[in-house]
Amino acid sequence: MSDFLGAEPFLIRAFTAGLAVAIIAGSLGCFIVWRKAAYFGDALSHAALLGAPLGFLLGLDYNYGMLAICVLFACALAYIQKKRLLSNDTALGILAHSALSFGLLAISLLQIPNFDLHAYLFGDILTVDYKDLYIIGIGGAFILSILYIFGEDLILMIVNEDLAKAEGVKTDALHLLIALLTGVAIAISVRIVGVLLITALLIIPAATARSFSGSPLGMALNAILFGISAVIFGMLASLYLDTPSGPSIVAAASILFALSFPVSALSAHK
Amino acid sequence: MPSSVEASLMTLVRAENLGVVRDGNVILENISLDVRKRAFTTVIGPNGAGKSFLIRCLCGFETYQSGKVTHAKNLRLGYMPQRLAPEKTLPITAESFIRLRKKFSKAEYDSVIEKTEVGGFLTRPLYALSGGELQRVLLARAILGEPDLLILDEPAQNLDVTGQLKFYALLEEIYRERDIAIVMVSHDLHLVSAGAKEVICLYKHICCQGAPHSVADDPKFIALFGEKAARMTAIYRHNHDHAHDESCNH
Repeated sequence: MSDFLGAEPFLIRAFTAGLAVAIIAGSLGCFIVWRKAAYFGDALSHAALLGAPLGFLLGLDYNYGMLAICVLFACALAYIQKKRLLSNDTALGILAHSALSFGLLAISLLQIPNFDLHAYLFGDILTVDYKDLYIIGIGGAFILSILYIFGEDLILMIVNEDLAKAEGVKTDALHLLIALLTGVAIAISVRIVGVLLITALLIIPAATARSFSGSPLGMALNAILFGISAVIFGMLASLYLDTPSGPSIVAAASILFALSFPVSALSAHK
Repeated sequence: MPSSVEASLMTLVRAENLGVVRDGNVILENISLDVRKRAFTTVIGPNGAGKSFLIRCLCGFETYQSGKVTHAKNLRLGYMPQRLAPEKTLPITAESFIRLRKKFSKAEYDSVIEKTEVGGFLTRPLYALSGGELQRVLLARAILGEPDLLILDEPAQNLDVTGQLKFYALLEEIYRERDIAIVMVSHDLHLVSAGAKEVICLYKHICCQGAPHSVADDPKFIALFGEKAARMTAIYRHNHDHAHDESCNH
């Protein structure tokens, strides 16, 4: 296997990107599961597709276009959530599907050269280049360091928002920050799993980790382990069966989740 | 309202002509009060009087339409929320929750754990604690880090009468032993900690405020709760049938 990898730089890039995304998604995913914000991630990832034509129009890389759209939407969603005129799921649904529709319209009208819609929807991990790796590295380091710095503030806010406020935590800023981190995670993971399945990579490893974990940090580490396993199994399946990388990785994560039920039930009886 | 330098040094939280309107309804009007060092104030009033809202304004959680709330510089606030519903999705032990974000010495931590009697279930997950246990964990967290002011929103709401009396007794001990001020909302008009030095009776505005009257000699009360309980408990006798007009604004 190592000879095989040694011979194929694109595979090394793919595995590196996959493992990095698993680490990012595992840790951030726990906060998303704790905050019950899975739908938020879903909405944001759908909106991200609008970033591709935006990047094309501005003459930027698609990644930067997606990042810009994700950040913009994270701010808009945080604002709407504060207003409370519409329920969160309604507001998210409107924004996400509008952005998705406009994104698909723009892609169709602009006829962007060399644009592979399928790869954006479902991921194409084998096309990851060094520039993608660079973006994943910078974005991932940003996400992990923010989570490290504000982790305790975030956990206190999730347990009880008033307690956090009483102790001087800037909760409004934290809500925006976690939305921004989700946006960044989505923008950098599109190549790996595609916009349709990013939320799954965020929440399934974290959900699998829950029954094996007795502390927030333990759950994050377990989620990273499950995420890495899903990426490895999914990519191997993708290589040998010639299936798209996103669905293969998410299917592997789902199988791990299903397998975790009997294992956690057994350990609970001990 | 002129305030001397000396008075402002003693004041931890000050509300001046505070007014809150939500969706066209007046929640609070013209509230002025000072929470001073070593205060022990209980806010009572009927349902919908705005008790919780008042202390949420004092904490700085809510926006208000008129007046202002000011905190003393570097005020350390310990807050105990009305209720906590820990989710099973977040695995966190009572101990990690108490320690979260807090700076303290080992000696202080040990004394807080001993005082609030939470030592027996520190390793249990937060979501697996009973109402009474959770109450004490919240209190432990609130007093850890030597706060100047402890604000409690209906702290004994989910406890039975015995539990409430025990909780108030613990609160009085904490008040006696520490250099701390306490402001709390009581959900029960009649059951007010005997340690409270001041009672504020609220119905959107401050109807009146003053020292609670002792009822330790009331035979009915002693019969109901026992002599020891009666010594720690007081009924604040206040007639609520007066008209709420301008003249009430005292």
